[in-house]
Amino acid sequence: MKSSRTLKVDYLARVEGEGGLRIKFKNGAVTGAHFDIFEPPRFFEAFLRGRKFWEAPDITARICGICPIAYITCACQAMESGFGVKLNAQLQALRRLIFCGEWIESHALHIYMLHAPDFLGYPDAVAMAADHPSIVQQGLQIKKLGNDLVALIGGREIHPVNLKTGGFYRVPTRNELFSLSDRIKSACDAAYQAVLWAATLPFPDFEQDYEFVALHHPAEYAIMDGALVSNRGLEIQISDFEHYIQEEQVEHSTSLHAEMKGRGAYVVGPLARFNLNFKQLSSLALQAASEVKLAPVCNNPFKTIIIRSIEILYACEEALRIIENYERPAEPAIALKPVATTAYGCTEAPRGICWHRYRLDENGTILDARIVPPTSQNQKTIENDLLHFVRRNADLSDEKLTWMCEQVIRNYDPCISCSCHFLNVKIEHDATAKK
Amino acid sequence: MQPKRKPKMAVWKFASCDGCQLSLLDCEDELLAVAQEVVVAYFPEGFRKVIKGPYDLSLVEGSITTPHDAERIHKIRRASKTIISIGACATAGGIQALRNFSNVSDFIRIVYAKPRYIETLSKSTPISDHIKVDYELRGCPINKYQLLEVLSALLNGRKPLLPAYSVCIECKRQGHVCVMVAHGTPCLGPVTQAGCGAICPAYQRGCYACFGPVKSPNTQALSSWMGDRLGMEPADLLRAFRVFNAYAEPFRKESETHEI
Repeated sequence: MKSSRTLKVDYLARVEGEGGLRIKFKNGAVTGAHFDIFEPPRFFEAFLRGRKFWEAPDITARICGICPIAYITCACQAMESGFGVKLNAQLQALRRLIFCGEWIESHALHIYMLHAPDFLGYPDAVAMAADHPSIVQQGLQIKKLGNDLVALIGGREIHPVNLKTGGFYRVPTRNELFSLSDRIKSACDAAYQAVLWAATLPFPDFEQDYEFVALHHPAEYAIMDGALVSNRGLEIQISDFEHYIQEEQVEHSTSLHAEMKGRGAYVVGPLARFNLNFKQLSSLALQAASEVKLAPVCNNPFKTIIIRSIEILYACEEALRIIENYERPAEPAIALKPVATTAYGCTEAPRGICWHRYRLDENGTILDARIVPPTSQNQKTIENDLLHFVRRNADLSDEKLTWMCEQVIRNYDPCISCSCHFLNVKIEHDATAKK
Repeated sequence: MQPKRKPKMAVWKFASCDGCQLSLLDCEDELLAVAQEVVVAYFPEGFRKVIKGPYDLSLVEGSITTPHDAERIHKIRRASKTIISIGACATAGGIQALRNFSNVSDFIRIVYAKPRYIETLSKSTPISDHIKVDYELRGCPINKYQLLEVLSALLNGRKPLLPAYSVCIECKRQGHVCVMVAHGTPCLGPVTQAGCGAICPAYQRGCYACFGPVKSPNTQALSSWMGDRLGMEPADLLRAFRVFNAYAEPFRKESETHEI
């Protein structure tokens, strides 16, 4: 018998950014689970002070190379609503279209390159491709389509240049958008097959009681607009976010932890959106969900790989719908006239809600800014999941338990670069522990 | 003849948004082929397996912002035959180098309630300020085709073909109408290194210099032009040069001349 057991991953792989994990055991019982974030802080909220309102989209995009559209759109919409301007339907649709591209690209990256190898026991997608070439190739092609959609509208995949407060620098022609239609149609077929494939993966029996938080819009599967709702009765305007949610700094993390005041941890992202907005999915997405017998409430975070696949299918169908109805706007953007105000924005980044608040003076200069990314909101839930998972599975070997703990974290597709504005797994046993 | 040993490649991250290393995973058509030609020895964003150094080729993303990272980069240099720094953070300090123009302890207090937990340096600096770098790829983010060109060149033992001219040359070759001359849109293309494909002018936007300064840029002439003819105020000029490559020397000096 060993007196202490240490499972340790110093730098968690297949997540975006730098972080680690520590699990502490005392007398064989788990006493703590920490999801450590050591991504160096970059101080976005500080250097946004003194910048002009129209600079916020491009600057905040640099918080995350994987979901820049979520940041750009969030900053744009904050400024627009702060100045009392609403984009016309076509400009808004074009924004939703490029956002669909980001969901497709980011979800495909996570499903095929970061998450699926866990389920099938491979260290990475390249190793997985040797045995499952058609699945990996299919995933890469779906991902490429998402990127091509972003690049067509935005100029490039990462940190696109064509979005701005008030709209776009240049709006695409109908023919330019139609050039992608056939590929999106084939991606719909591939995405449907992908949902069926994802449902065949082996899922641990792990159901937890969560509070899910997502944007909800009466007319559509919310991506950029709506009120914030939860399965426990939260129903608030995005401007009321700070009255209900607080961020706390913890010693082991350069990312702030968010929690619902008086209620604690909550979940944002695909699991929350699926459970709260299920009925608003598109027809094929609903059909695929029904075929794999997945319906709300899904309380198993390992199954997010199926839900991401369903959301890819949704995003493809939605992209087709938008393209078919597209009429090129007469003006690429609406002029904004700044006023002194506090401006709020909230978008559904692929990993969950991204919330911005800016205080602006009458010249449109940013006086202060606050940005709450999705990963800092999921961090507390991730630590809870780790604790519960390790309690139930303490009899697994160190190697297996460590890998499973990594997977518990990857279920949330954490974006550590975002949350610092995080992974490393370490399991420590104190006294009389088991081997 | 003995089969050639595959070179070992590592990808390292410092302070950054992950976008530049993501560019490698974004090479959907080429990724599996690249992975056939090299041993991916260390690339945590996409690969769980870690193979110990030394490494033939290290890609370094991000800037140096903490005492720990300032040590770590030297270990990476010692373990690597060739180092390529990728992106504006690694080549110029990135957007987080805006702290270099302020007092960093104020910055920490603005973001974190308990500043004592936060360890950070007063400046965000490029990799080349700390170690010898063999090649630099500019951009916020880098252009993935430039990355493939460098990898392919190094794997084949030739020099990478990277443009050293300005965005204007790229823009004119593509036949775009000059957004500054024709539309009066401020554009940093004349002082910015090519490599992006002149995408901003192609989208009716002025270049915002995410590829950093071209060699010997005449930033002062451009500032005068944008000030006199486009009516930009010193504060506007300062902001224009002080963004993603703010700490690259020519841009830093130019922005300082517009301080009030």
